[in-house]
This record gives sequence, C-alpha cells and structure tokens, in this order.
Amino acid sequence: MEVVTHLSERIRKLREQSLQTPYIDPERAILITRFYKSEAARGLSPPVLRAMAFKYYLENRTIDIEDGELIVGEKGRGPRAVPTYPEQCVHSLEDLENLNSMKDNPYIVTEEVKRVYEEEIIPFWKGRDMRSLIFRNMPEEWMRAFKAGVFTEFMEQRAMGHAIMDDKIYRMGLLDFKERIRERRKRLDWLNDPEAWHKDQELLAMEITIDAVINFARRYAELARRMAEEERDPKRREELKRIAEVCSWVPAHAPRTFWEALQMYWFIHLAVTLEANVWDSFNPGRIDLWWYPFYKRDLEEGRLTKEEAKELLACFWIKVNNQPAPPKVGVTKEQSNTYQDFSTPNLGGLDERGRPVANELSELILEVEDELRLMMPNLCIQISERTPDWLLLKALRVIAKGHPKPSIFNTDVIIQEHLRQGKTLEDARLGGPSGCVTIGAFGKETVGLTGYMNWAKMLELTLNDGVDPRTGVRVGPSTGDPKEFRTFEDLFQAFRKQLKYFIDLKIIGNNIIERLYAMHIPQPFLSLLIDDCIEKGRDYNNGGARYNTSYIQGTGLGTVTDSLAAIKYHVYDRRTVSMDTLLKALASNFEGEYEILRQILWNKTPKYGNDDDYADEIAVRLVDTYVELLDGRPNTRGGVYRVNLLPTTVHIYFGKVTGATPDGRKAGEPVSEGVSPVQGADRRGPTAIVKSVAKWDHAKTGGTLLNMKFSPQALRTEEDVRKLAQLIRTFFRMGGHHIQFNVVNAETLREAQREPERHRGLLVRVAGYSDFFVTIGRDLQEEIISRTEQESI
Amino acid sequence: MRGLVFDIKRYAIHDGPGIRTSVFFKGCPLRCWWCHNPEGQRPHPEMLYYSSKCIACGICERVCPLGAVRVVDGRVETDRSLCDNCGVCVEHCPTEAREMAGKWYTLEELMEEVERDLPFYRSGGGVTASGGEPLMQAEFVLSFLRRLRERGIHTAVDTSGHVDPEVMRRAVSTTDLFLYDLKVMDPERHALYTGVDNRLILRNLMLLDELGARIWVRFPLIPGINDDFENLRAMGEFVSSLRNVEQLNVLPYHPLGVSKAERLGEEQRRFERPSKELIDKVVATLREYGLVVKVGG
Repeated sequence: MEVVTHLSERIRKLREQSLQTPYIDPERAILITRFYKSEAARGLSPPVLRAMAFKYYLENRTIDIEDGELIVGEKGRGPRAVPTYPEQCVHSLEDLENLNSMKDNPYIVTEEVKRVYEEEIIPFWKGRDMRSLIFRNMPEEWMRAFKAGVFTEFMEQRAMGHAIMDDKIYRMGLLDFKERIRERRKRLDWLNDPEAWHKDQELLAMEITIDAVINFARRYAELARRMAEEERDPKRREELKRIAEVCSWVPAHAPRTFWEALQMYWFIHLAVTLEANVWDSFNPGRIDLWWYPFYKRDLEEGRLTKEEAKELLACFWIKVNNQPAPPKVGVTKEQSNTYQDFSTPNLGGLDERGRPVANELSELILEVEDELRLMMPNLCIQISERTPDWLLLKALRVIAKGHPKPSIFNTDVIIQEHLRQGKTLEDARLGGPSGCVTIGAFGKETVGLTGYMNWAKMLELTLNDGVDPRTGVRVGPSTGDPKEFRTFEDLFQAFRKQLKYFIDLKIIGNNIIERLYAMHIPQPFLSLLIDDCIEKGRDYNNGGARYNTSYIQGTGLGTVTDSLAAIKYHVYDRRTVSMDTLLKALASNFEGEYEILRQILWNKTPKYGNDDDYADEIAVRLVDTYVELLDGRPNTRGGVYRVNLLPTTVHIYFGKVTGATPDGRKAGEPVSEGVSPVQGADRRGPTAIVKSVAKWDHAKTGGTLLNMKFSPQALRTEEDVRKLAQLIRTFFRMGGHHIQFNVVNAETLREAQREPERHRGLLVRVAGYSDFFVTIGRDLQEEIISRTEQESI
Repeated sequence: MRGLVFDIKRYAIHDGPGIRTSVFFKGCPLRCWWCHNPEGQRPHPEMLYYSSKCIACGICERVCPLGAVRVVDGRVETDRSLCDNCGVCVEHCPTEAREMAGKWYTLEELMEEVERDLPFYRSGGGVTASGGEPLMQAEFVLSFLRRLRERGIHTAVDTSGHVDPEVMRRAVSTTDLFLYDLKVMDPERHALYTGVDNRLILRNLMLLDELGARIWVRFPLIPGINDDFENLRAMGEFVSSLRNVEQLNVLPYHPLGVSKAERLGEEQRRFERPSKELIDKVVATLREYGLVVKVGG
C-alpha cells in the first residue's frame, strides 16, 4: 500500500499556499460597517438591509485569481484570508491578540487590522452585535448555567449552520431562481395575507442578492479576461480565457460542463458563507451523484479527460481548504477549536430510487483525497447495505495509510432517522450527514445545532444538590442530598430532574435566540436556495425551510454511564463504599488515601464499551431518557427538537469545568467524546466497543459519533482492511450511525506509554498477531513506535 | 466438565480467516524457548504480576492467607514457592497489577462468551481454539468444537501437534481448519528447543493430511534456531509432500514472551528479531517448494 503521489506542479503549488497560516482580512468588516453606517441603510427592512449590505460588499471587495488556478474565488483577498462578521460577533482587541498568539490554530492579525478594528469596527459594533444582543436577552439562570459550563451555545456568535446544497443549482441558474421569485411575488395576496409585506421584502431581498452574486462572478470573468490579455504563456492564456467564459455563464445560468458545475457550486459557497457566518459546514452534498452526469457527458463528448477532471477536483479541494472558519472566541472557541467547521461532502449512499451510488467519480474523488491530504473538505462516505464492497474498501485503503478521512456513515440508519422525523423517502435518500455527523435533508432543511450539554457536569450537580462545587453557586435545582438516596433509582431520578431542568432552560434560551436571528440576521441568499423559502416567502431563519429541526447535543455518554455504573455497583449493589466516602473522595479529587478508591473505581467496575450489559444498560437508559425529555419538543420555526450525540472538541472544555467523577476520572480531565467509551475504559477490542455502542437506538437520534483508534500495523495488509470492512458492515447492520478511524501516529503511542490507563483498548499488530499496546512489554512498544514513525506518512 | 482458559481475544484477525474470537486454553506439553504465551504453559491457574501497574499499596500483603507477599522498600515481592495461586490478592488488588491467568469455564459459559461476537462471524470468521495446547484438554475442547459446529460457527484449532493421534483423529470431524505449528524439523534439535521430540508432531500432521483436513502450517521464525537452510529445506520438502496444506505462515519472532515471563516471576531467553532481509530470504526459500507462503497469520 505505497502512497503514489503524482500531484501536478500546479496542484503542488496551490496546495503549498493552502497550508499557510491563515490571516484575518478586515475588508468584509470594513465594507459591511460602512454600509450599515451609510445613509443608504436607513429605513430598510431587515432582509433588504442585509441584502443591500451584502451587495455593497461584493461590489467593492478585492478579488484575485491566483497563478495556476482553475476554480476561482476566495472569501477574502487571497488564499487563507479570513473575513470577519462584526455584525454577529465583533472581536475585541484582546480577542484579536489571542488569535494571533494561540498555540493551536492561530490566525495572523497584523497591526493594521488591529488599528482598523480599534478605529472603525469596534466603536460601531460594540454592544450592538448579535452576541451582545443575545447575552442581554438571556435569562439570569441561563447565564449562570452557561458560565458554569453546563452547556454551550452555538448561535451566540454564529448563525444557524448545517444547510447543505442539493442538485437544484445544477438544473437552474440564478436567473431562473430570480424568475421563480418574481413569479412568487406576483402571487402575493395583499388583500388577505397579513404577512404579504414581510414576504415581499424577503423575496425582494432574495432578488437583490441574486444580482449581487451574478455581478460578483462577472467581476471574476472580467479579471480573467484582462489577465488573459497580458498573459505570455499561451497555455495559461487559454485557461484564463476559459475561466472568463465559465464565470460569465455561471452562476447566472445552469452549468453545462463539469468545470462549470464545480465553479457554480463554488460561487454559491462563497456567497452563502459571506452573507453571514453560518459556520462553514455548507457543502455541495452528494457530489458523486450530482456531479457525475457532467463528468460522464464531458468524457463521452471528448471535452474532458479523467486527468483533467482530477485536476479540477484537486483545485476545488484546495479552494475549500483555503477557507478556514471565521475565528471563534470564548467558550465557542473552546468547544470547536478547529480551523474547520466541517464542510462535509458526501460520497456513496443511495439515489432517489434507492440505487447505490458508486461510480468512477467516487473513485476519482477518493484518489484526490488520498493524494492531497488536506484538512478540508471533511469528506465522508455513506455506506448502505446495497453499497458495493469495492467502494468501502477503496475508502478504507485511504484510512489505513493513516489518513483520518473519509468518515463513514450508515445510509440505511440515516434513512430511518429521516423517516422517523417525518421526511419523505426521496428527501431522506437524497440527504446525509450535514457537517460533522448530524443528518440533513439536503437543500430542504435548516438543521439548527444549538449547543452541547455537559451531562457529566449535570451528574456533578446531582451529587451536590444543584450547587456547583467549583464556585459554590447554585446552578441547578435542589434535588436532594445524595447521602439520603436509598436506591440507585433515587439517584437516577435526581439526575433526570437536573437533566430536564437544563434541557428546558436551553430550549427557553434557544427560542429567544432563534427569534433574534429571524429578526436581525435574515439570510435571503441562503434562503432562496433552500426549499420552500421562496414559496413560503419566509427566511431560512424564520421557518422558511421544508424541515426546521433543532438539536441539542448530548456529550459525555461514556463518562456518565461509567460514573452511574460505578455508583450502582459499588454503593448500592455491592456496598463496597458508602456514598459519603465517595462524595468526600470526589471533593478531594481522589487525593491521598482516596487514590486506592479511584483505582478500584477505574479498574474494578463495569464499563461502557466492553459489551457488558451492566454498564451498557445504563447507557441505553441515558440515551432513552435524553430522547424522552427532548425529542419532539417545538422550536420557534415550526419544527421540533431532536437528539444528537457528538463532541467536536467540547469534551476537553467540559472536562476542564467538571470536577472528579465517580468513574475514577480526575477533575479537569477530558470527559468521553461522542458516543465512544471513556478513553481507556474499553479493553475488549473493537467488536466489544461496537456492540456496546449499538445497544442503544441510533435511529432515534439525528447523529452520533464513534471514534476508534487503530495503529497502522493493525491495518497493514489487504486482509486486515477487508476485516475492518466487515467490522463496519456488522456495526451498521446492528444499527450504528457513524464510525471514524483514527489511525494513530507515534506521538499517540508515546502518550499511551506515559498514560497506559487511558489507552487500554489500543490495538497494535505485533508480527502476525494483534495485541493491546499497553500490555506488551516496553521494548516491544519502543519498536512499534519506531515502526510507526517509519510507516506513517 | 470444565475447561481452563487463560485468555479470550475478540477481533482476532490473525488466527484464521475473517473476524474471529480466539480462546486460549491453558496447559502445553511443549516448553519452547521463545514461547510467546508462557502463561499458557502450566495446566493450572497462575497469578501474574504487572509491576508497571503496581502502586505498592500493600493490600495484597494484608490479604494473602499464606504470607507469600511482602512490600519491601515500596516494591511488592511474591514468594512463588509459598504462593498457591488462590487468587485472593488478585480479587483485592485495586490497580489490576495482579491478575489471574486461568479461569475455569463450563461449556455453556464459554459458548456464551464466544457467541458475543456471533454477528461478526458472518465475515467468514469464527472461533479459534488456541493455547497452550488446546487438545491437551481434549474432552472439553472437542465438545466445545462440536457445539460451535452445531451453531454454524466456523472452527479452527491452533495446535502444536504434540497430542495423542486418537485425539487428533477425533478433532478432524469438528474442525474446519487446523493451524499447525512446525518449529524445527530435526528431532533432536526440536527436543532441545521445545522439550519434546517432533516425531509425534510430524506423524500427526501426516495423519491430518491423509484424513483430508484443511491445514495452514505456522512456522515461528527464530533467528539462530530454525532459520538455517537445512531446516528450511527439510520443512519445504516435508510440507510440499502433503496434499492438504493450503498455506504456510511465517511468523517472525517477537519478544512478547519476555515481559510475560517476568509477570510469572520467570526469565525468558531473548532472541534477535528477524530482519526484513532474513524474512524475505526465508519466504523465497520456502516458495521454491511450490508452497503458498505468507508472512504473519
């Protein structure tokens, strides 16, 4: 399994550029601020104001075409330039300084940027950005819980994300959309519909954004034409002419070729992600389904070779990677400390008639992914029972080389999840994971992820009668002194009360935030792309979409399951320790004499992830309880709340704010991530993990995340890869939603040496044989580390 | 009837085809110098001690009914001549620094364990009886294999071959695949390195071959012990004379047994790890006999 990289010179150079440290580009902030301050902004309805500001920005911003590019357009003035959105979250000078000096994922901030911020941006937006508005509107109890780290709030500095494009932009140009909007405006019932004016304003705003985006693309066409005139290299001159042609055709018209299809999407992507900070999970969805007809036709008609298609794809891939997420601040930065916001194009899955999607383009895309090895896009693959093995194997061969992508999803369960939420079978089949792991009906749904719930913190509050032991502040309701609980059931009911209280509080907060966004940050351009916003005449943020789902992400399933299992096992069933002693041990963070108790809790207790029903049944109950308390409750957009279970990087932040837990975890250490077992608590290998994780019902959620670690040695031969494919197939037959593999590097193995108890389940291959890394001897470990260093790329 | 098992490994992907569960039966008639499962040799439960996990809390010293454990200068010492492997210290050890190798299972209990991964066996996998020497516990293991067969589970037996030919004959009817170890071809050298001479082993292999069993031969490659041309030639000739050997797996030596022996309070000889060149050469030599040769299980 040698990596053969044959990147062209062009791609090599563009890729190189794409790996540079991102920098803050203040141009968007400056232009948007100027427009908001201007006379022209006075008296406009919110959607029209947003549309006009957007248009002003697109007309006046810098554009460029990099040497060698085939797909054009950047969010900022060049690759890795990151625009900001002060109307949603204005960065303070301190924030900017932090961004510059961060160890993980820094953004370069020049003195000039700071000056502009100090003089122009901050004075105008301070106190009037959405973030300030939201915090001002939150109930006091909500603020207390937020500060204690009980939950986070996605929308405090970003708009609702997770809208994914469908195939309509390949059938219709923006001029066709404009026609549809005009036709809709004509049908408004000014006599009987009390919302007619609101609808008209929203539809008008959509039209304005269409003009803005078409003109924006034409500026690229002009630039390419000018550059072609000056270009000496005849080959590049032809390319620039071609770029000019492409950009004068799309996005105004529906694309005719593969190249145009990619550029079409790319303009749409830029426009959506520049209109507002919607995170960058926006993506083209089912690419090997929707791009394939263009690819096939071009190839058949001799317009395109396979190599050229691959180069275009590589250019596209680099474009996505050129755009790091807008920089986050505060808790949001801690919960999602990444450059990316999970723009997740899908491969595989089923088409609208239920036939598997697996074609030459799927293969080509996997090759591009393998050769480029960029952080973005966050490619995923959907595997149905009907998906042919070759596609899964091809994807796994990329992973086996130590690349963490593509992540792998179960189409058949995703479809069940969609149907359970009341979507049509066709919409369900044409959907998929919409960024990270949460499902969406592409082009038809607003998937509002609203924040993470810290279950471990809620258990800590339960054990302290609602008072946060870190601060002494009462954060949750009084649910009784745990020493008085006579049975495990008493404890669980107290925990359930805390959970319910915080879910209610979170929903109250969300309901306010949703209204604030609907009022102040309409997104007319995104709205016109999502069914049925045009027909309803309503914004994406205001219930315009066909499906309007909200999610509150549960986190810490492993930690809380193991903690409850520990209490049940040791305090109530075996009575090896009293609640009083346990509470004292937790309060002391297991210092001194309590270390032995911690060892017992850590080592001699049933744990989730080992196919042990004692623990796993608690996990089942936790998920069921969360579903029971949250699923189906109304939001303000005409939709309902659903459950999903995923972490991004929040398990680190939640760990920091949560004291010692009864599973033997010390204060400040990370809690478990996604639906994975506690790090190191799994010790019976991958089949046991998969079985534990499949015991609760994934189909009742809208997304779950399972991370598994493998060493490259455990995935060395083709046979190993085939067995891994069987593991995945089995997990999916048992109803799992998602799995991703972290093929570990030498650094992780060193960490496992230092902290064996956190890595007990890590499987490595020892010549012809696999074993758990932490149980083999030190010198063998050393050798495997050196081998891993050699073999990983 | 009960069987003594010292380990059950799930997702065993190098012990036969597909995703398997390997059951390691305790007790072995051989004493190979390079044994990678020294805790599987003796036919009774034994206490293993992991010094790296030990925090010297002293609980084991307090609970040992025989006074075999002492904490000296922050280190735990066990007098193995006093220890009768009763397991009381293991039960009380908070860090799992003390562990029991060897647990008695009834057939039902063992079936329940291996059926946990039933859904994964659809991959063409199944259960491998390994060891130790599984056929040392012939009655139990044969019943186990029969029960697996009845449940439609693919069975493999990983054997040293040093067993009563009658047992071998009976095993054929319940075993889908034999993983058969060949170490050294010369009987005297075999006796030196493993404690038994190999005539019975070779005879049993011929017997299996005659009975039409499916066989994969496993050859642990130990530099300086069995990597000489003479041995390879003898092995190549012998194995190529058989009809039912599907493949020969070269298993390069690794020092896994060294740290395991330490946990038993013993010392194991350490060998060089075979170089890539050596492995390639061995594979090439064996292939000259027309064999399908693979590195690893």
